[in-house]
Amino acid sequence: MKHEASIREPLIIGNKSLHDISEDIAKPIETSANKWWWSLFIVSVTAMLWGFGCIFYTIGTGIGVWGLNNTVGWAWDITNFVWWVGIGHAGTLISAVLLLFRQKWRLSINRSSEAMTIFAVIQAAIFPGIHMGRIWVAYFVFPLPNQFGSLWVNFNSPLLWDVFAISTYFTVSLVFWYMGLIPDFAMIRDRAVKPVFKKAKNFKEKISNFLKEQTSSYNIYSILSFGWSGRAKHWQRHEVMSLVLAGLATPLVLSVHSIVSMDFATSVIPGWHTTIFPPYFVAGAIFSGFAMVQTLLLVMRKVVNMESYITMQHIEMMNIIIMVTGSIVGIAYITELFIAWYSGVEYEQYAFLNRATGPYWWAYWAMMTCNVVSPQLMWFKKLRTSIVFTFILSIFVNIGMWFERFVIIVTSLHRDYLPSSWSMFSPTFVDIGIFIGTMGFFMVLFLLYSRTFPVIAQAELKTILKSSGDNYKKRINE
Amino acid sequence: MKEEKTYFNSLNHDTEHVNGANEFDEKLSVEAMMENADTLSASSTTRRDFLKFLGFSSVAATLASCEAPVVKSIPYLNKPEEITPGNPVYYASSYFAENVFGSLLVKTREGRPILLNSSHNPKCGGGVNARCQASVLSLYDSNRLKNPMKASSESSWKNIDVEIVNKLKNTSKKIVLLTPTIISPSTRSLLKLFKKTYSNFETIVYDTISKDAMLSANQKSFGSRFLPTYDFQKAEVIVSFDADFLSEWLDPAHAKQYTANRKPENGKMSRHYQFESLLSVTGANADKRVPIKPSSQQAYVLRLYDALLALTNSQSIKSIKTKHDKLINQIAKELWSNKGKSLIVSGSDNTDVQVVINAMNMLLGNYEQTLSTTIKSNLYSSKNKDADNLIADMNDNKIGVLMFLNTNPIYTLSDSDRFKNALAKVETKISFSESMDETSVLCDYICPDTNYLESWGDLNPYTGFYALQQPTISPLFNSRQVQDSLLTWMGNTVKYYDYLKTFFKKNISNNWNQVLHDGFLNKISKKKNTREYYSFSEVMPTRSQATQSQIEIQLYLKSSIGTGTHANNPWLQELPDPISKVTWDNYLTISPSHAQELGLKNWHVSNGALDGDMVKLSVGDKHLKCPVYIQPGQAHGVLGLAFGYGRENAGKSGSNVGVNAFSLYEKFNRNQVAKVSIEKISGIHEFACTQNSHTMMGRNIVKETNLSDYLKDPKSGNKQFLLHSHKGHLKPSELTLWDEHEKDVHFWNMSIDLNSCTGCGACVVACHAENNVPVVGKEEVRKNRDMHWLRIDRYYSSDMTKERAKEEGVGAIEMYKKMEEPASSENLEVVFQPVMCQHCNHAPCETVCPVAATTHSREGLNHMTYNRCIGTRYCMNNCPYKVRRFNWFNYAGNEQFDYNMNDDLGKMVLNPDVTVRGRGVMEKCTMCIQNIQKSKLDAKKERRKIKDGEIACACEKACDTGAITFGDVLDKDSRVSQEKKNPRSYYLIEELNTQPSVFYKTKVRNKKA
Repeated sequence: MKHEASIREPLIIGNKSLHDISEDIAKPIETSANKWWWSLFIVSVTAMLWGFGCIFYTIGTGIGVWGLNNTVGWAWDITNFVWWVGIGHAGTLISAVLLLFRQKWRLSINRSSEAMTIFAVIQAAIFPGIHMGRIWVAYFVFPLPNQFGSLWVNFNSPLLWDVFAISTYFTVSLVFWYMGLIPDFAMIRDRAVKPVFKKAKNFKEKISNFLKEQTSSYNIYSILSFGWSGRAKHWQRHEVMSLVLAGLATPLVLSVHSIVSMDFATSVIPGWHTTIFPPYFVAGAIFSGFAMVQTLLLVMRKVVNMESYITMQHIEMMNIIIMVTGSIVGIAYITELFIAWYSGVEYEQYAFLNRATGPYWWAYWAMMTCNVVSPQLMWFKKLRTSIVFTFILSIFVNIGMWFERFVIIVTSLHRDYLPSSWSMFSPTFVDIGIFIGTMGFFMVLFLLYSRTFPVIAQAELKTILKSSGDNYKKRINE
Repeated sequence: MKEEKTYFNSLNHDTEHVNGANEFDEKLSVEAMMENADTLSASSTTRRDFLKFLGFSSVAATLASCEAPVVKSIPYLNKPEEITPGNPVYYASSYFAENVFGSLLVKTREGRPILLNSSHNPKCGGGVNARCQASVLSLYDSNRLKNPMKASSESSWKNIDVEIVNKLKNTSKKIVLLTPTIISPSTRSLLKLFKKTYSNFETIVYDTISKDAMLSANQKSFGSRFLPTYDFQKAEVIVSFDADFLSEWLDPAHAKQYTANRKPENGKMSRHYQFESLLSVTGANADKRVPIKPSSQQAYVLRLYDALLALTNSQSIKSIKTKHDKLINQIAKELWSNKGKSLIVSGSDNTDVQVVINAMNMLLGNYEQTLSTTIKSNLYSSKNKDADNLIADMNDNKIGVLMFLNTNPIYTLSDSDRFKNALAKVETKISFSESMDETSVLCDYICPDTNYLESWGDLNPYTGFYALQQPTISPLFNSRQVQDSLLTWMGNTVKYYDYLKTFFKKNISNNWNQVLHDGFLNKISKKKNTREYYSFSEVMPTRSQATQSQIEIQLYLKSSIGTGTHANNPWLQELPDPISKVTWDNYLTISPSHAQELGLKNWHVSNGALDGDMVKLSVGDKHLKCPVYIQPGQAHGVLGLAFGYGRENAGKSGSNVGVNAFSLYEKFNRNQVAKVSIEKISGIHEFACTQNSHTMMGRNIVKETNLSDYLKDPKSGNKQFLLHSHKGHLKPSELTLWDEHEKDVHFWNMSIDLNSCTGCGACVVACHAENNVPVVGKEEVRKNRDMHWLRIDRYYSSDMTKERAKEEGVGAIEMYKKMEEPASSENLEVVFQPVMCQHCNHAPCETVCPVAATTHSREGLNHMTYNRCIGTRYCMNNCPYKVRRFNWFNYAGNEQFDYNMNDDLGKMVLNPDVTVRGRGVMEKCTMCIQNIQKSKLDAKKERRKIKDGEIACACEKACDTGAITFGDVLDKDSRVSQEKKNPRSYYLIEELNTQPSVFYKTKVRNKKA
């Protein structure tokens, strides 16, 4: 049994026993949904279907239904892509990097933030797909052996690196997430009532019994838990595997957004062609990822009664990370401005002046306010421990980070080298529809997850109960 | 399988089916097919045989259904000797419409004309402008009439001929042919013949745009009504008063002549002063441009005359002072020191002004030097009062038959209502229009003329210069050449072709075949400097009472639409105006200061497109509702409106685009002064511009210098950009990460001389035609999605410069804000720059494509593989020149884009050597790689090297001024290699080290130092 310094705040409050944890975490799965869940679900499904409609319209008619033009070839599509990928950074960071750093507070939030990661990466992956003019030949981006002679992909292209980076990241995240889920699924399976049926009288009843049995939660969770029995050998392998995957995932946290940033950094467009991009994008991604975790968890802890596990301390920890990464992002913005001036390149100088004072000044200042100014308020303990404030701020950061990508992509493109080609971008209903659609799709996945998956890694959480649970801590202190 | 029965009729049994028009005319009954029922029952086909047949036929059917649908293509039964499918055949021909003449080389493929090239006749008039380039598409206009029409229903030639001959014979009133100036000698003689048959026949010449003022002025000065021809090449000082001679004034040849004397390499250049009200292409090219109101033109002209008289110590004509007296005196001195080598022209419709212009040219001894009265221009001849007289005659019931040839007075006459009413009194109205235009709908008979590319003809545009027209395709429809119609109605059985040939051999040249081959015949006498017989009568200039008006209107011609004859040509509608860069529209241009005064605005909406206020324009009792476009450089108090728009019956592309400016063209005067007013009305107009930012923002995009500086240092204005590095100052090309591409076979380069480019836009249309560039329509252009592979950037100068900001201590934000604004009208300078794919040798687009769809060739070209493209648009974003064009939609065969690529007829203009791109792929300039490939193959077959000049890009061929040169720089003697060594040449945005294969040559103006 591990001991923890008594001055550390307890990570589990509410006088929980091991059984209480099982009960609390299994509850959302074992009970039926309330009307809040249903209304949110219906709204999300509607948004998702609307988005799918817009996607089909785009694929059926042409990219022209978006607001793009000859000068601005990317706008909301890639903005949304980078935004979603950025959001998908927190999960792996929490579960992998914090695991390596032995941060115990991650245990209450790693499951959900990783789920968020996976769902966000799914949303992100939609955009590079549908932004192609000819999605039906999308397989050209994979280095597949073919009969077209020496046709091969272009390994110089950052877009190709994206394909590899994102697919690797997604795969590793998914496997890592699933590894952690196995003992928890087993717990749900063990709690599930194994259905007992009356003896079938005829063939029809036989079939019906069979189907019921197959679709029973017991059976499903049995399959999902891969026959986990909780043997010591299982646990040992599980631990080792988690560590290996954490080791694999950690560099990916840094690489994915670095590579995404290279889509811009390796180009010649002023405002894109910037060597600071990789670290700046990674910091921004973590920043936005944590903000999204906050947004989701603040709601979830309330709706599924997880206040005992996701405590104010967790919220504060995340707020501190938001503050630190927000400051890094702020410094990056200012560095960009400085370098533009210092470079002596008139195109660079104009690009940054244009960001701040040109036709898209509002986007730039929205970004600056949300990403640089607002996180600084977290220096005040009172604010960073306020749930309402945290929630509002997390929304602000999400908005700010969306604008950051919009500013980088659109304001750099719309006025580049030759003024004759300068242009503006304005979204159409399809642009907006697809973005809302991905938010709906994301929420649908998350809502389904919150009712069918153990939202907290209970098996792992139980390991710290006796060191970080408030009741145990109190006893030790006494 | 048993072989007892024959199931199908063999061909021998039924020969009549074979010979019949359609061998499947009759339905084949089952019995007939299976022979007869008896044999059927007696058939010994077994069940197994049946199954075998069944199996075989279902497999056959399945296999057949796997095939792509068969598109009819019919091979030659007897291959014509000169036509090889896949090889183009060229025919020499000529273009004449809207009083523009051009010698052509028509490129045909498999019997279809698909591209018009200038045949570069020896320095004598004519030229291929944008409208002429685009006229090949008008041949395939779906709006053309397929059959002769009688009272708006289709009829046959036989019926119509009988009826018309009856009408012609039975009328005692006048038979009138209303036509623009006819420059065909054979047609003129044919009309004389017609008059012999019908003695009451009369030809009335009505040119849509009248040059009556010039003709009358020459009548006054020389006693003869004619137009001289000009030679701008010989002029060292050019003064133009509102004459847009580089674009729409008299003859497209002027641009070629003008630029020939604008080559700083010769150590000298002409100096060009332009006094004008609107900003024209000519004004944009001038060394000094002065915006003046058209009504004050007379004062300026007189002042200049006075200044010249002062230099000759003659008596002053007591002209009144102008705002620019100092400049005028300076110009007078320059003119005087260039006697016989100067030229003064005016576009005024005021005879008095033209008389003074004649007097000045005479005083300067320019006649027979820079303008010739011996070689006259036959292009315009109409008298303004003729049209009026005709209407009076019509109203007096004096006209029995009225025939319209290439005229559309209902659209082009200012008082078309009066004409319409008078027309009702004419017994028989016959139109020869190719399509159902505004006038033909009111006619009793329409006898559609053939397109000029389907017709024979001869032309005599200038004294001693003859050209021939020959058909390049047999008539697509049941139309008939006018001359043939007239011959038929005379009861003459001769075909016009025979008539023409006989006439030509008898009167012009016996060498018919040679002339037909060349396309033209130059019989201009070599004897020069012989003053013609006319005596010059010095006419004392009268000072006609200038009406004082706050606002006046000046009507002008756009190089894209002209007088509206080609209004239904989508290429031309989508061709941006050279100055405003607006497509698919005409609008009221107004100077920025004037607009501000009146509270009129133009503004950009959120997607960058331009919107403008609407105004009600009143000229006398005429009212027009039109949008305003704020035009920098325009004189204060003048409004401009372009002709050619507002057609009601033009066709699917041209109808109801813009407003009809002809309604204001009263008394054939382009300048209307009396009772002009405008009033802002509610409503917003949406413009479709291809360029929405207008200045260079202090960047070195178009490099410019002055002749005096150039003579001191040929590299002036073209400073080499150097990068600071630890190795010292280096050229961008010396600091590179990349390996050079191998260039061992050819290295194609293109040179663009910014001093020769006038910005006319003919190259843009040629590129359309050569490369199957789609038309996307107003809505898409407005969204900045035009598909032009080649665009002409137009930049205005700005009053704010980096130097000035430094001097005055203006901050960067303020400086850039002010730089976006064009300079004030007085100081405005304009530059043009054609930009197409620069074919970078370190191409930013090539590295970013994930699928390697855009790659570099060994010959220095940037390739685009459409089949491989997945449409990520990354290349487009990363292109610093923004020349890549994305297929946002399917532009071919799409109802949403109902232009030439959406009908089978319009598709006939497509170049079979170039793919029609589908949706979702990127495209861009290929340097006409199909032509490169063809020349390479030709050279290979003939076992020789490619000759310099053998390969020409479409834009190069279209450029009359020779601004574009294409060739192989590995060939040390090629023209392009020479150009590359020119100290004026530079790369666009060289600091990026993209190492383009296209380079530009500095613009040099000849400003007074």
